[in-house]
Amino acid sequence: MRNRRTLPPESEEPALTPLGTTPTPPVRTRTGDIIHTAPEFAIGEADVRSAELHQTTLKGTSLWRDAWRRLLKNRLAVFGLIVVCLILVASLAGPYVISHTTGYSYDFIPKDSKLVKSFAPFIAPDGSFSWTHPMGTDNAGRDILARVLIGGRISLMVGIISTFVSLLIGISYGATSGYLGGRADNLMMRIVDVLYSLPYMMIIIVLLAMFGGRSPLGQLVLLFIALGAVSWLTMARIVRGQVMSLKNQEFVLAARATGVSTSRIIFRHLVPNTLGPVIVYATLTIPSVMLQEAFLSFLGLGVQAPLASWGSLAADGIQNIAIFPWQLIFPGVTMALTLFSLNFLGDGLRDALDPQMRKV
Amino acid sequence: MSSNGHTLLSVKDLRTYFETEDGTVKAVDGISFDLQKGETLGIVGESGSGKSVTNLSIIRLVPRPPGRIVSGEVLFHGQDIMALADDDVRKIRGKRISMIFQDPMTSLNPFMRISKQLMEITQLHLGHTKSQAYEHAIHMLELVGIPDARTRVDSYPHEFSGGMRQRVMIAMALSCQPELLIADEPTTALDVTIQAQILELIKRLKEQTGASVILITHDLGVVAGMTDHIIVMYAGKVFEQAPTHELFDCPGNPYTKGLLRSVPDPAHEAGTPLYQIPGLPPDVAHLPAGCPFAPRCERAEEICTREYPPFVQLAREHFSLCHFAEEVYAQSCRERDAAQNEVSETVEPIDHQATNGQTRTKNA
Amino acid sequence: MLRFIMRRILVTIPMVLIVVTLTWGLIRLAPGNFYSGEKKLPPAVEKNLREKYGLNQPWYVQYYRLMRNVVQLDFGTSLKYEGQSVNSILVRTVPVSAILGLLAYLLALTVGLIAGVLAALKQNSKIDYASMALAMLGISLPSFVLGPLLVLIFSLTLYWLPPARWNGFPSWNLLLPVLTLSAIYMAYIARLTRSGMLEVLRSDYIRTARAKGLKELDVILRHALRGGLLPVVSFTGPALALLVTGTVVVERIFALPGLGNYFINANLNRDEPLIIGIVAFTSIVILLFNLLVDIAYAYIDPRIRY
Repeated sequence: MRNRRTLPPESEEPALTPLGTTPTPPVRTRTGDIIHTAPEFAIGEADVRSAELHQTTLKGTSLWRDAWRRLLKNRLAVFGLIVVCLILVASLAGPYVISHTTGYSYDFIPKDSKLVKSFAPFIAPDGSFSWTHPMGTDNAGRDILARVLIGGRISLMVGIISTFVSLLIGISYGATSGYLGGRADNLMMRIVDVLYSLPYMMIIIVLLAMFGGRSPLGQLVLLFIALGAVSWLTMARIVRGQVMSLKNQEFVLAARATGVSTSRIIFRHLVPNTLGPVIVYATLTIPSVMLQEAFLSFLGLGVQAPLASWGSLAADGIQNIAIFPWQLIFPGVTMALTLFSLNFLGDGLRDALDPQMRKV
Repeated sequence: MSSNGHTLLSVKDLRTYFETEDGTVKAVDGISFDLQKGETLGIVGESGSGKSVTNLSIIRLVPRPPGRIVSGEVLFHGQDIMALADDDVRKIRGKRISMIFQDPMTSLNPFMRISKQLMEITQLHLGHTKSQAYEHAIHMLELVGIPDARTRVDSYPHEFSGGMRQRVMIAMALSCQPELLIADEPTTALDVTIQAQILELIKRLKEQTGASVILITHDLGVVAGMTDHIIVMYAGKVFEQAPTHELFDCPGNPYTKGLLRSVPDPAHEAGTPLYQIPGLPPDVAHLPAGCPFAPRCERAEEICTREYPPFVQLAREHFSLCHFAEEVYAQSCRERDAAQNEVSETVEPIDHQATNGQTRTKNA
Repeated sequence: MLRFIMRRILVTIPMVLIVVTLTWGLIRLAPGNFYSGEKKLPPAVEKNLREKYGLNQPWYVQYYRLMRNVVQLDFGTSLKYEGQSVNSILVRTVPVSAILGLLAYLLALTVGLIAGVLAALKQNSKIDYASMALAMLGISLPSFVLGPLLVLIFSLTLYWLPPARWNGFPSWNLLLPVLTLSAIYMAYIARLTRSGMLEVLRSDYIRTARAKGLKELDVILRHALRGGLLPVVSFTGPALALLVTGTVVVERIFALPGLGNYFINANLNRDEPLIIGIVAFTSIVILLFNLLVDIAYAYIDPRIRY
């Protein structure tokens, strides 16, 4: 399944060498340390291999450079990358810039009570055109653009940190399970199977409803842990699969023969080699965690006022959808655009890093 | 090759290209050959030499994007398959030209009972009713030597061993008594003992049905005992084309010589390393300007990297793509004569010595 | 096979108990309780109520009672909706969520499969790009954005459809919630179908089928579809877990009296019996559906035997 190449269809057969000896694939090097590529990865790429041999000098970083080149060829992925970068920069610097140009910070409520009403985009309190609120204001008169940007900060932070938590758990668990194999592996994977089939979102809702609401910061930490703790399952499976296929390679046997400790083999030799799929999956985990965070915030269980996330902004906006649609549309569309870009980027990375999994 | 009115298949200047990120891969680049009725043709080459693509092109099974048959004629009974409507090609596929593929483990549909997969083809082409097709399926399985065919016909492919599955593939391919059987590396994925059985089976069934056979392989030992003619392919091109015994006796191309030298020989002294052609098959997307084999060739000279070699006729049915074809040919003939005089070692595998006698009378 | 099913059903019971224990533990470990909520009760009344619900007993007695009742599928009476048993609330709310979820999943299956198969067959065509872009949009557009947008367009601007509220089944009121809920599954199923079909269409046995001279339609319907749909079948398990979250949000948006809406309210009210009842019920449903998926998988793929 993984060895299949698209073209030309002939390449699966062994090279014409007597007694079925296949030539050993070249070892690709990455700046500094040696990366031992899985043979399925290397053999599948006969073109690259022979191209390298023709150049006679084996160039380092070819795997990563090739992947980068392929990524840049994928227009949607590049679009995703640019949008993600823009939104990152905007949500980091934006609130600061806005409060210094218009004087509106995300939680600034104009004092004049008569003015407290939701304004449409580009409309000043007196009804004339104005640049002050490009996305309008909310019911309390707060600038929606500033709130969307600050919400983006929180949403992205939840996405990234929770993904990081899930990476830590998933990689350790998956690599250990895959490396140990046998009954330990069996047991560990059964546990993952069991956890998969639980209504974990309900448990998170209970957790947040019972323990949340004390302080905005505490709520955030609770979110990181809760979302990270449920997203690691797939990561564990991916890493385990990779480690399983790698652990019988010569370089692992060599390390074991020279007395390297188990944990060192796992984390220094095996885990770095699973990097490709892990990066891909992490990129795809961020949007899914962000979506879950948004769901929870939408239900009033996630990020608490005065902080805002895209989910909580949408929840506020939905109350007034009939009269002030911009209150929902701007946070919602910004979030959708971000998730869209992240998903495209993740898809593009997968295609670039693993030509076998490519959808072409 | 001669065309004496019994030509079943005639391929003329076939070119099949693949569009890839790295550029156009000329998987098959100007292949021509004729196949007579009842004859067996061997196509030999390394991975990526284009031999499988050649044969997929014959029945237009090359995956369309990215593959593309750029030019060429495939005359089957004088009718150009390339010019036929899709529906008409389908009437030929499986009925008049059928194929056996390399990997029996993946070539059968894992979700479908063997019976159904066999019945499908005769119901389609021979208009069998369900019960006719069922009986025919059992008959075919018996023919290819599957024990207990009647009870096993309703099994799923995964309940069969590799060799058995390849027998099923053969039964399927021969269900409609095709005029041409294309066997694409039918034994590569099998154990050595099973390989011989499968080859013997193909040989026997070919004799029974009178079908022509194209046998694709990377193993010269396989083609030697089975074929009348051999085509040696490299980088999408025909490198050498000759009657089997002639090719084994007097190869006219350094590449063929290399291939022959790398076939394990029973008389080979234990301990000495087996000959291996240096280097790897070329990157077909970026072929060098001159001879594609030049970087690996022992005989290569400066001209080889600069100029594309000519296709030289060495004997009546013997052609070679090489700047030094005549020289290589003459040298291998001399070597053969010398070896013959000493009667010590032969280059060929042991089971083909019988055919040698015929060629010895013929010389260039 | 039968033994496998029996074993799986038996395994379901301890798993439901684990989930219930987890939920119960979370509720009990959290500070405060139902009575510390909005309405302050006179101490005497609270004491009576506590005795009535057995809350004055030591925790292990309470835990044991809970487990015993859960095994008997008796979840007690709701604290918030006085006099209503949790089971009667379930009977009332489950059909709402089930209709919503089933309709959404059926719609998603129909549209997703067709779009996915078409995209795979016409790879790199306009159909392919369009359906995959739409699918990506479906995955990226949260339901709480999509739902209100649909309401804004179809109810508040065009006046074609009623915006919200439950109106029984069948009713046009269901259309927007079902659309909203199914969008993400449609998207996932279309993507899974496409990649599954592409994988299969490239496989050797499809080449064999073509070499037999079968018509392309037969190749696809008889040979490719089965293998191509396996990823979709195995997606059904995770989809159910997703569906739970999805219905909660959609019921919230459209103010539907379903399980999800009650679950959120129960959490906000700390209505312990109702929370536990809903969690236990959902777990049972999810586990049983997972079992069904496994059976379906074995039926489709003869290589798998339990």
